Amino acid sequence: MAVVPGDLSSVLSPVQSQRVARRRSRLVREKLIELTLFLAALVSVFTTVGIVYILVKESVVFFQAVPLWDFLTDTQWTPLFTDQHFGIMVLLSGTLTSSAVALLIAIPLGTIIAIYLSEFAPFGVREVAKPFLEMLGGVPTIVYGYFALLFVTPLLQKIYPELPGFNLLGAGIVMGIMIIPYVSSIAEDAMRAVPMSLREGSYAMGATRFQTAVKVVVPAAISGIASAYILGISRAVGETMILAVAAGQQPNLTFNPLEPAATITAFIVQVALGDLPHGSIGYQTIFAAGLTLMLFTLACNIAGHVMRKRFREAY
Amino acid sequence: MAYAKDLGQIRGLIASHKRWDMIFGLCGLLALMIGVLTFAALFIDMAVDGLPRLSWDFLTSYPSRKPAQAGILSAWVGSSLVMLVTASFAVPLGVASGIYLEEYAPKNWVTDVIEINITNLAGVPSIIYGLLALGLFVYQFGLGQSILAAGLTLALLILPVVIVATREAIRSIPQGIREGAYALGSTKWQVSKDHIIPYSMPGILTGVIIGMARAIGETAPVITIGALTFIAFLPPSPVSAEPPFVNFEWLTAGFTVMPIQMFNWTSRPEAAFLQNAAAAGFVLVLMTLGMNAIAIWLRYRLRKRIKW
Repeated sequence: MAVVPGDLSSVLSPVQSQRVARRRSRLVREKLIELTLFLAALVSVFTTVGIVYILVKESVVFFQAVPLWDFLTDTQWTPLFTDQHFGIMVLLSGTLTSSAVALLIAIPLGTIIAIYLSEFAPFGVREVAKPFLEMLGGVPTIVYGYFALLFVTPLLQKIYPELPGFNLLGAGIVMGIMIIPYVSSIAEDAMRAVPMSLREGSYAMGATRFQTAVKVVVPAAISGIASAYILGISRAVGETMILAVAAGQQPNLTFNPLEPAATITAFIVQVALGDLPHGSIGYQTIFAAGLTLMLFTLACNIAGHVMRKRFREAY
Repeated sequence: MAYAKDLGQIRGLIASHKRWDMIFGLCGLLALMIGVLTFAALFIDMAVDGLPRLSWDFLTSYPSRKPAQAGILSAWVGSSLVMLVTASFAVPLGVASGIYLEEYAPKNWVTDVIEINITNLAGVPSIIYGLLALGLFVYQFGLGQSILAAGLTLALLILPVVIVATREAIRSIPQGIREGAYALGSTKWQVSKDHIIPYSMPGILTGVIIGMARAIGETAPVITIGALTFIAFLPPSPVSAEPPFVNFEWLTAGFTVMPIQMFNWTSRPEAAFLQNAAAAGFVLVLMTLGMNAIAIWLRYRLRKRIKW
């Protein structure tokens, strides 16, 4: 009798072969499930591929109409006028200025809060403060935008009456406060991951809490703190609604936070609110602007990655 | 006496160091207070401006050219339907990805790519997701400016949040539970389905709620795909009295959401519309804070109850 390799039906009893068949079907099912889960995990990779594909595809068409050199060096941004100019510098100045204001608030305050919560605060304060900060980070940005326009700016105008109703300063300050929780929670996690023995060693030498925090814990956690800052930077650069509401939407090449200016993100919102026909140059500009933004945040992420690798302290 | 002088110097040094400790402690409290005060100011500002406008009529009226008659009916219905789509895509996909990465994934470059990619996606500005959706969902796939397109966009946006929460919840399950199940002859999927998923459920739920709270307040990507700002009708109802009882026409309907309605009112010059914006903002803040509070409470209970 010819025996097919792998076919055991001739040597097994009916009960045994039934069992083999069942095991085989179970194996097939297991493989199918694994494949399904793998495909689900791939969705996030496809998202990235999709983002890059869409941004590059539309930007290529854009850069056929507008030379890259003009895009980088022109000092006017008027894509919606008849006399079109596409100088990304104009939008970039607004983005950089508002981010600088935000980071001047978020980085010092976020760091101080992180050190305080990790090294100084009593248990009770920590238990209350952490969820509270989380809530602060959960407020919708459009609400922050309203707050910047109708509460913070009027407040600033009391101090400095010439401040226009739309300005980068008020928007930047509110943005900074919004970013504090992101910076503080990651920096605090990094500090708490520093082993207790390092602190104990420092205390044993007679160091105070402040000295231990600044000279032992912070240097040991520096890679985590750096990545907290990097996340803060990419949040600030990508923030949209606060700026669209409170900073005005006029393109303005300025590094003065007291002036109104449009940012890359605010420009995208402004165009999306109008009716630009699909495929027009105005429609493609927002993808070119988006690509600039994406490259910027990508550079931040890579810098963060390198820093984490470089300064990681191993215990 | 030199000795006494040294001692005095040392005492002075200790005192000054202790002073620094105290000064820093105060700085920390002060920094925290800035956060607390801002939050309080924001909340009170919204309440004072918005509460007088908040009424049953406000919740059940369509937007209108007359600020006193305008309401947020189409906005909150739109938000709810978009959230329904978002949840039904983000939760299964996120949980499945989390299980794959923790329980199944081999250690190779493919897994590395997926992991690095998820970390990077979490740092991509939300407006970029809007551009992706505009190019891909709205035009390439021809979904139009619909509830489905918006829901999918927000699902992709919160996917990293759900994945990270799932992975953390799974990682906290002790190895012994898996080993026990495998020792009884369970397959990988049986272990995942009967042990890993149920035990990590509260952790996953926390992540999902935080993700949804983020999605509901997200404005920029929804504006980018071209949600309308003035909608005086409701999408077709998802459930009906006659068979087949559910329909999916609402998925392709035009829509607006809460944050967009608020943005629209904020960008108008009339003070009466700004009041409407404050009222809508107050509802929005209550919604997101409520969701965050539930998530925090859930995590707190979880930490107290589970002792492996």
